[in-house]
Amino acid sequence: MNGAEYIVRFLEKKGVDLVFGYPGGAVLFLYDVLGRSSIQHILTRHEQGAIHAADGYARATGKTGVCLATSGPGATNLVTGIANANLDSVPILAITGQVGVESIGRDSFQEADIVGITMPITKHNYLVKELDNLPEALEEAWQVAREGRPGPVLMDIPKNVFTGTADFSEVVLSTRKHKIPFKNGLARQLGRITEVLKKAQKPLLFAGGGVVSAGAWEELEDFTKYTGIPVVTSLMGKGVIPEEEGGSLGMIGMHGKPAANLALSQCDVLLALGTRFSDRVTGNPQHFLADTCIIHVDIDPAELFKNVRVEFPVVSDAKKFLQMLLQVLREEKVSFALEPWLDQIKAWAKEYPLTFSQNSLLKPQAVMREVARQAVNQPIVVTDVGQHQMFVAQHYPVQGRRNFITSGGLGTMGFGLPAAMGAALGRPGETVILFTGDGGFQMTVQELAVMAEYQLPVKIFLINNSCLGMVRQWQELFFNGHYAHSLFTGGPDFIKLAEAYGVKAWQIRKPEETKEIVSKALQHTGPVVVECLVDAGENVLPMVPPGGKPSEMLGRWHGEAHISRLS
Amino acid sequence: MVKHTLAVLVENRPGVLSHVAGLFARRGYNIESLVVGETEDQGVSRMTLVVAGDERVIEQVTKQLNKQVEVIKIQDITNEETVDRQMLLIKVSADQAARQEILQLMEIFRCRIVDIGRRSLIIEATGDEGKIEAIVQSLRPFGIKELVRTGKVSMVRGVK
Repeated sequence: MNGAEYIVRFLEKKGVDLVFGYPGGAVLFLYDVLGRSSIQHILTRHEQGAIHAADGYARATGKTGVCLATSGPGATNLVTGIANANLDSVPILAITGQVGVESIGRDSFQEADIVGITMPITKHNYLVKELDNLPEALEEAWQVAREGRPGPVLMDIPKNVFTGTADFSEVVLSTRKHKIPFKNGLARQLGRITEVLKKAQKPLLFAGGGVVSAGAWEELEDFTKYTGIPVVTSLMGKGVIPEEEGGSLGMIGMHGKPAANLALSQCDVLLALGTRFSDRVTGNPQHFLADTCIIHVDIDPAELFKNVRVEFPVVSDAKKFLQMLLQVLREEKVSFALEPWLDQIKAWAKEYPLTFSQNSLLKPQAVMREVARQAVNQPIVVTDVGQHQMFVAQHYPVQGRRNFITSGGLGTMGFGLPAAMGAALGRPGETVILFTGDGGFQMTVQELAVMAEYQLPVKIFLINNSCLGMVRQWQELFFNGHYAHSLFTGGPDFIKLAEAYGVKAWQIRKPEETKEIVSKALQHTGPVVVECLVDAGENVLPMVPPGGKPSEMLGRWHGEAHISRLS
Repeated sequence: MVKHTLAVLVENRPGVLSHVAGLFARRGYNIESLVVGETEDQGVSRMTLVVAGDERVIEQVTKQLNKQVEVIKIQDITNEETVDRQMLLIKVSADQAARQEILQLMEIFRCRIVDIGRRSLIIEATGDEGKIEAIVQSLRPFGIKELVRTGKVSMVRGVK
């Protein structure tokens, strides 16, 4: 058996049925074997598309995304996607070809030191120089990508390792156990945490992406039902519990919902699960909730005390922690009387609702609300990055599990389209709704070809404001309206562009057209582009200015037309 | 800022040094010195790292190091009773007049002369940081032509 055959057998054995990639010289032998295997390969139109698709696939399914690329430019085109997966803790195995071992270091054709390049943006990476090391490296890579806090792993494999043959029948894989992220003492800590929660007058639960990684939806639901503690989420945690009435208060942070941010700024105990307290949540981390008792639960010990001061650091995954905590609360028959606190939050929600100004122009928020109203079958919602992403976070109530996919940490424009493609391929038969902007859409638009080829049920709502909206907003607010290079003066005809790829396209120009076209788009089988010509001057509000406190939101309050600061 | 000494056991695999050194660069930590070599177990190397930083930084360094797949164990031995050694090679100007004086000095420090040239000597010394520093200072007046020193290696005393 040669190395290429071993890799393909390995992937089959791990249950991989779908990979994304782009062939080239260094991986020809791998592709030769792959092409004869049972694994489906999606030929994207750019390696960046392949890695983002693998990312979207992994987020939508909970499985490990697998992505292939050739040496040199093929590998370097993966870099943005790897960094993206790394910051959002998505399990991905990226296999890149490398020039033959003899040619390494000679600046050979299509040679790039991808292991060196991706070292800071992978959970771990390998250059497998010898065929003998391949089985163990593959096994370890697969394990590392998934265990503990997931992340991307890259394996760089020289050409001659693909072609080299060996007798692999004798291979005994070391079942070496890696460092276990759990520490003892959880039971003792639970007792103390229970005491703190008992005394809490204004407790708040803050759920991050770690709750999704741990698959702790049921545990979270049980916990909140029992305790009645209100829940806020980060962008990555959006959708972990339903967002309609009585569910989550919504997202906190820079563009969080007013009531959620006010609850955050006033709570006396914050139970934070699976979150890394990014700067988009904390503002200035040194002044973050100085008077609040913070319980921080994360599977990665390095996240504890990294950004904010914490009273109770707990190393655990969210699922196990919630199960154990709820058990203690039930055994001790702890009851919570949180009515005054919940009433206060309700009063805030009433006084500071999430609104947007209506005029004769089409508003992006209105499009999102209409799509959410009509798309009733719990679609997977994917976004690109920018203003529209924040509008979706604020105005689109996500339902179901693993149904919200967005580039959180890295904020990668161009992520949306290929990620939506990966999600659709990972969950066949389910509708995917993609919101994207005219900026990000053009960064990876070539993947429309794949959408059309496989007739993927992806409904693309292209929020076109003819500018880079978030950049324009910051320039309006913080650079005295000096719109340096953020306004698109030319641009393609998006309808023709979609049609050129064989994708059905419609345009919404006026608010009154929204209902009908959204309905048509959702009913259409296969991919659709709906270009929404929206008010170019719309801003994402409320907004906590960079470095501000959660309560210092800029917005339009009490029906005023001008923007002012709350508190 | 306090200097911390970390003893890090790592798997002896290609790329491990880059993984560890790269971690320091990208997280903005400062390495004062790093020494790496094989241990009694061929598959395991030991790194002695000297890092400057407050408690928060050192805690992060330790945790981030621990996440590296090849890292087996990390020990902060800053406050332990340890034997610390650095090695120094120093080429010092030494004409006939100065030679005797240098030899006497080196006797006091128990250093070895390992090369004698017409106008210079190479001196080899081992010791903890204080001693190495003192040797360098004492030789400075004679004119140092070349100096090379290793980072610190440390071992905890006793049977711990």
